[in-house]
Amino acid sequence: MNKNILIPIYLTVFYLTSCISQENPPEVKTPDQTKYTTVTVVEGIEIPWGMDFISENELLVTEKKGKFYRVLNGEKTEVSGLPEIYQRGQGGLLDIALHPDFSKNKIIYFTAGVNVEGDEGGNTALYSAELNDYSLSNVKLLYKATPNTKKGQHWGSRIVFDDQGHLFFGIGDRGNRDVNPQDLKRDGGKIYRLNLDGSIPEDNPFVNEDGAIKAVYSYGHRNPQGMTVHPETGEIWENEHGPKGGDEINIIQKGKNYGWPVITYGINYSGTSITDKTAMPGMEQPFYYWVPSIAPSGMAFSSSKVYKGWKGDLFVGSLKFKYLERLVVKRGKVVKREKVLNDIGRVRNVKEGPDGHLYLGVEGKGILKVIEN
Amino acid sequence: MKLLFAWIFVVALLQGVALYQDKPLEKSIADGEEIYQDFCLQCHLDSGDGVSGVFPPLAKSDYLLNNIDLSIKGIKYGLSGPIVVNGEKYDGLMQNQGLENQEIADVMNYILNNWGNQSDEIITSDRVAAVKE
Repeated sequence: MNKNILIPIYLTVFYLTSCISQENPPEVKTPDQTKYTTVTVVEGIEIPWGMDFISENELLVTEKKGKFYRVLNGEKTEVSGLPEIYQRGQGGLLDIALHPDFSKNKIIYFTAGVNVEGDEGGNTALYSAELNDYSLSNVKLLYKATPNTKKGQHWGSRIVFDDQGHLFFGIGDRGNRDVNPQDLKRDGGKIYRLNLDGSIPEDNPFVNEDGAIKAVYSYGHRNPQGMTVHPETGEIWENEHGPKGGDEINIIQKGKNYGWPVITYGINYSGTSITDKTAMPGMEQPFYYWVPSIAPSGMAFSSSKVYKGWKGDLFVGSLKFKYLERLVVKRGKVVKREKVLNDIGRVRNVKEGPDGHLYLGVEGKGILKVIEN
Repeated sequence: MKLLFAWIFVVALLQGVALYQDKPLEKSIADGEEIYQDFCLQCHLDSGDGVSGVFPPLAKSDYLLNNIDLSIKGIKYGLSGPIVVNGEKYDGLMQNQGLENQEIADVMNYILNNWGNQSDEIITSDRVAAVKE
């Protein structure tokens, strides 16, 4: 047999396997989709960015275009007293979180795009306020990123707490990747840490660095979209939108540089390259990165026993592919990925409720509760 | 003679004012391209082809080219609910991007005159201002 005839066959096989291997392992599986379903908890919210639970039957939900709802038994009522929201591109009213002592002090926190300076554009801000019934009072601006810009991209944001009296929130690079994320003197592309009253913790990593922004906790981020606290280790897990093929999960550590845009596994959405580097000394590797990009959103660990076999697993919404992703983590590695609720819609947020169920914010729908059949 | 010069002067002045008020089309298209890259490209893509069944195409889109005011309205106030574009049904959600009227005019001029699209209409900020929710 002429050996030359085999060459095109080899080439074809090589080409096919190289296509398949473009997905960063583990390959996402699509198991039986009839095992899980959803019930609608809150209807009619275009982009339900943030949510937090007051009790099993009562929660707060933010809608990106600038509406804030208090929901009791599925009935939503608008809360008044928000500052003026600057809604542009990917920015608007973003995350919401109850103060760890909310039941006593009625304090909530929220992040939003705003302009308080009176110039053009906007940037991400963190506020606290007191919530009584359906109105906010004592609204305080705790942090405002500068400068304002008319760019539409990368505002962040999520809010989480540790158990030592700190609040963490993220701000994206605001469409200025070559200037903001690697410069500690500038806002954007950072995770910030504050005390619950908005003051700067004395042991923040850059408090003694000349000119550095004292609230910065970590840097080199592109656009933090999901943040959650690991229920056992207390670590802060974050996900962020990378460029094409560069969406990441990171475990946030004090003072660390997560590399954007110096290192990334992604390329520009136009197909051109950003950097040929995926690693550098002094820069953190992601815990996991998605190829192809799924456009991750909110994320949460399942810590309850409500769902069979899900305890300890990580759940992330996919805006792009419209499903909920289950990631099984073993020995510091993602060992399994699954599509749950395939085609549910653009999943913007994922939270575990006080009843141990997972709740999803789905664009154009509202808040859905995940039920095992 | 004096009167003639004065007349020419007045006509030139008026023309200048008219030109100044309406951005030249080329400039509007160029500014619109920047807006497109910043706010639209993520979903509708560089090619203007969108994603079949998810994000409607703008390139050779019958919806866009036949419904200019409705398209302006979609950009200005957001668009949701089912629409049919080039025979395919879309039922997604486009949020308003918080663009100013002039920015909407610019991006309309860009998408109406790119990817082989052609339009005799030049969109102005006044036209955008006239479109109500």
